[in-house]
Formats: sequence, structure tokens, C-alpha cells
Amino acid sequence: MDIFIQQIINGLVLGSIYALVALGYTMVYGILGLINFAHGEVVMIGALTALTAIGLLVPSGLPGPVVVLGGLLIAIPVCMAVGFSIERIAYRPLRNAPRLAPLITAIGVSIVLQQLAMMGWGRNYHTFPAILPSTPHQVFGAAITDLQILIVVTAAVLMAALLWLITRTRLGRAMRATSENPAVARLMGVDVDRVIAYTFVLGSALAAVAGVMVAANYSIAHYAMGFMLGLKAFTAAVLGGIGNVGGAMLGGLLLGVIESLGAGYIGDLTGGFLGSHYQDVFAFFVLILVLVFRPSGLMGEKVAERA
Amino acid sequence: MTQPFPSRPLPALLVLSACLLAACGEQTDTAPSAASAGGVPAMDAPLIVRLGHVAPLTGPQAHLGKDNENGARLAIDDLNAEGFQIGDKPARFELLGEDDQADPRQGTTVAQKLADSRVNAVIGHLNSGTTIPASRIYHDAGIVQVSPSATNPQYTRQGYAGAFRVFADDVQQGGALGAFAMKNLNARRIAIIDDRTAYGQGLADEFEKAAKAAGAEIVTREYTTDKATDFAAILTKVKSTSADLLFYGGMDTQAGPMARQLKTLNLGIPMLFGDGGCTVEFHKLAGEGAEGHYCSLPGVPLEKMAGGTAFRDRYKAKFNTDIQLYAPYAYDAVRVVAEAMRKAGSTDRMKFLPELEQINYPGLTAQITFDEKGDIKNGAVTLYQAKAGAWSPLETMGGDATP
Repeated sequence: MDIFIQQIINGLVLGSIYALVALGYTMVYGILGLINFAHGEVVMIGALTALTAIGLLVPSGLPGPVVVLGGLLIAIPVCMAVGFSIERIAYRPLRNAPRLAPLITAIGVSIVLQQLAMMGWGRNYHTFPAILPSTPHQVFGAAITDLQILIVVTAAVLMAALLWLITRTRLGRAMRATSENPAVARLMGVDVDRVIAYTFVLGSALAAVAGVMVAANYSIAHYAMGFMLGLKAFTAAVLGGIGNVGGAMLGGLLLGVIESLGAGYIGDLTGGFLGSHYQDVFAFFVLILVLVFRPSGLMGEKVAERA
Repeated sequence: MTQPFPSRPLPALLVLSACLLAACGEQTDTAPSAASAGGVPAMDAPLIVRLGHVAPLTGPQAHLGKDNENGARLAIDDLNAEGFQIGDKPARFELLGEDDQADPRQGTTVAQKLADSRVNAVIGHLNSGTTIPASRIYHDAGIVQVSPSATNPQYTRQGYAGAFRVFADDVQQGGALGAFAMKNLNARRIAIIDDRTAYGQGLADEFEKAAKAAGAEIVTREYTTDKATDFAAILTKVKSTSADLLFYGGMDTQAGPMARQLKTLNLGIPMLFGDGGCTVEFHKLAGEGAEGHYCSLPGVPLEKMAGGTAFRDRYKAKFNTDIQLYAPYAYDAVRVVAEAMRKAGSTDRMKFLPELEQINYPGLTAQITFDEKGDIKNGAVTLYQAKAGAWSPLETMGGDATP
């Protein structure tokens, strides 16, 4: 039983990170109908920027959590600027182009960012300095560190804040209006370009937080880390129903837990026929099943309205 | 609004296409190859010997690949500075450094490139997974290959006359690891994780055989990849088996974070792994999780090599970085090929291959002689333990390695 709880905890930590990244995909998709494939690279830039800042802050002798917070506060504006620039340079000129064109530029931007990061930060793994306490707590026989608790709580708070922003504020209302119909929203006096820019900036800020979480939790970051993470988060967004903010959160957490349980139990369930190297297969199998029965994802009714 | 695709099935389609992209997502970034001699050398011009070198120079294992290349480069600079002669002619060695990204597909691409440019010999590759598929291309092209670090036994067991290695293979290393686990660590219940590469899986298989033969029980066998960073799920699985030792077959880029996560999961068992994790980088990646784990390295400790410390200082002075792992072996691989060419008085493969087979060369890492397969004879294996941020040698098994 404690092993089961441990796997759930592993899954929730991983899933919280997926969910934060998935929000960036789903917000952009909800508003523009565009898959921003460069989003994973924004996470990478957030992680590496924070690591560089933390590296500079460590000699100051400030306590560990303050240093990490400092790194985060530097990474967030940097990522916001990157997100804003991506939209301005790569997507806005293609606003009225056929749908495939911005998809290709998205992949292009992703490669460009990755190469720039490789030139700037090098090809080696960067390690997160050991400034946070890593002694685990015991919860029902399972181990969890302060950092992991912090990751799950921070992700939950940010997601709640985002939901509040979308449902309760003027900007949120403008975003929802743009999502439903950009042309009509514009007629109603919504500055659509501005709303789209805000969406990218918001998503990138969340990506920065996710990047710092990944770097802190796995203690490593490198220029190619964004690709697989982005792919998984995108999968989570599709699983939950892309375009739906609640769906991204659910999809992220679900994917994390499925991967964990998959890796932990697939061997026992199949009598050793399939091993833990099938954990990704397992996750994608669940995704395919969901899409077969619910093509718009678990919470994705909204997508149908846009068709 | 006209859309080329209906929007409903698009996400599903994209997931699939994105997965496809994942397979080919790594950019091809060819390392700048050394400018090769274009023209035919004049009568009294030095004999140009062109050696190919292949290792991952980009990606997670770039630090190891660069280390190999530096080792080979140091050997070549030494040879050129010494005024090395082949058949009474001064020889000038050139290095063609290629990047295989530790990817078997890329490995065969650059192997073909080197074969096409008719290099005199190839030093490499670093990984077993790239060395084995590439060896076929070199064999077909009639090019001698000496790997400084590929340990999968299959490499020299394909019947290719020109395939050599200056490093103990996984049978020797896995056997030593298995004996060490039983005898010194007293392990009875062993969990094994490997990274599904030719190296990691091969070494894990050899270790499993040796440990089972010595009477240990393998309680679980788990898998990861050579790009993974999250091991929480499989380590939790290991925890559920109450194993008393975790063996990992793979490289430092996974072994390091794995050691760290072992600590956060409160799993107080020692880890044991082969040469791939036995690096300086491991300590950096594992942080405070590094302490107490064990690794093995074919050969003897650098301090015990004849001229080992001098080599280390020269390396540091030239490249302004510490030796990661295989640089002395890459150095020896170049030297042993040069020695065979000198003995044969020719850079022609048909002439120097027999000399290489018969060679008895006092290298930096060992007295190098090859068996009929092309493996180094009497390869020694040394076990190390992580203590205070460094690997400290415990004991050396087998081999009369020091000349």
C-alpha cells in the first residue's frame, strides 16, 4: 500500500509540472487554434535562466529558498519577453494564413530557440546547486520532500489563480470572448491582438515556473530538455481536451499518475511480459483510448464550438 | 473561416505527428572536421596519416565525447611533435573528428562519411550502440577501427579482422562487478535497471549472469532510456522489492540524477554501475546523493598508470579541463595504431593490420596485446567508491595491467 501511495505522489509531482506546461498549450490553442510547439523551449529557457541566476546568487550567502525565489523572479520576466516575442515575430504576421503555416513556424521557432540555448548555455547538463533541503518526510510510509510538496501546492495555487483570472476578470472575459469568436470580439471592442499577446505572456510565465520546478526537482537542466517535456504536456492538454483550461490541469495530473502507475505496475500486471520501458507506450495508449471514445478529450466540449 | 482540416480530429493527428517528430527531432549538427589534405603529397613531403575519430560531441554525453577526442588529439599532437616516422618518412597525423550524437543512426552516417573520405584508421566510437553498427561499414570499406571505450562483447565477435578495442569488455567487467557485489557488498537481493542501449543492456545482462552464478537473487529488472531524468516510478518499484543493491547499466547522465532521487525516495541502498557512470560528472549530477555508491572502470586507476599523473597534468594544461573518463584509452588507441604503422612501415591497412594483431605495446593504460578477437588481453577492472565528491579506488581485479 505504501508503494501505491508513493507512486501516486510521484505521479502528482510529475503531473503538476505537466499541468502547468499544458496550460500554456491549451490557452494558446483555445484562443488561436494554434499549437505553439515552441512552448516546451520556453520552459527550457525558464529553467536555464533561473539556474544561471541562482548560480550568481548562491555566493551571496542568502538562504536557499530565497535564492531559488530570486532565480524564479528573474526567469519569469525573461520567459514573458520570450513568449511575447515569439507571438509578435512568428505568429502575428501569419494570423490569417492557412492553419498549417503557423504550425510550421512554431516548429521552426522551437528549433531556433533550442539552438540559441545550445550556443548560449552549451551542450552539457547544468546542475541545480544543493541549496534546498532534500531530506524526505514520511507520509503513510511514502517519502516526499519539501520541494515536492511545494511543487504540488504552487501548481495548484497558480491553476486556481488562472481559473479566477479567466472567469472573474475583464481580461479573462476578453480572452473567453476572443476564444469563442475573434471577429465578433473585435466588433465588441475587444483588442484581440492585445488579448492574444497577454495569453502568450501568461502561458510563458507559467512555463517559467514549471521550468524552475523541473530543474529543482530533477536537479538538472539542458538545452534539449524542453522537447520531450513539451510533447508530454501537449499530450496532457489533448488528453484533458485541448482549449479547455480545466482539462489541461486534469490531463496533466492524470498523465503524471498514469505514467507512474504504468512504470510501477505494468511488469506485474503483464506477468513480466512488458517492462517499465513501456511506460510511455502505456501513457499514449491511454491517450488513444480516450480520443477514440471522446475525440475532443475528457473535458473538451468547447472545441466543438469552434469548428 | 476556411480551414484545411476540420478542427475536431486535429489534436489526435498532431499527437501522432508530434511523436514522429520526436524520433527525428534531434538536429543534425556535424562537427567541423579537420581540414584534410587535398593534394597528392610531393616526394619529400611528409606522409599524411588521416585518422577518423567519432564520439558524441553534442547531446547529453558531449562531455564524454569531447574527452575522447581530446585524448586522441593529444596523441596526435605528440606524434607530430616527436617527428614520428613511418617507413623512413616523417609522418604527419591528422584527426578528422566526427559527432555521432550517441545515436546509432547518426553513427552509421558519419561512419560512411569517414569511409568515403578513405581515412587510414578510425578511433571510436564511444558508445557500444554506435560502434557496432558502424563497425560493419568500416569492415566493408577495409578500415581498421580501434574503439577506446565500447565494451559490448558483440563488437569484436562479428568476425571483423579490423575491429579492436583497448578496454576490457562487458564480460570481464560484468563478471568483476558480479563478484564484487557478492563478495564485498554482500548483496543477496539485487535490483537491476538498464537504459536499453547496447552498452547498458549488455553490461546489465553480463552482471546479471555473474551475480546469479554467484548465488544472488535478481528481484526485479527495470528499464529507462539514455535521455530520461525522472526515475521516481521505477525506483519506487525497486523499493517495493526490498532489494539490498541497485545495479544500473548506463551512463552518468542517468546514474547521477538516479542517485539523487534514490536519496529523496528514502531508499538507503547502495548503487553499483559500470564505467559509464564512473565519471567526475557523476558527482556533480548526483550532488549529495553521490556518497557511498560504487562503480567499476576497466583498467587501472590513472595514478597507477605508468606516466598517468604526467598525462593528467599535460591534459589539464592543454585543454584546461579535467579528464572525464576514456581520454587515456583514446590516447592509447591512437598510439597503438601509429605503432603498428611504424612497424609495418606503411599506412596501408593490408600491411599494418598484421602488425596490429601481433602488437605488444607499452601503452599508458596497459601493456597492450590483442587476442584473436581483437580484445585487449588481460584487461583489468578496478572498483571505486564515491567518497567526499571523488571516486576512490577500492581494488583492482584481474589483469597484469601495469607494464
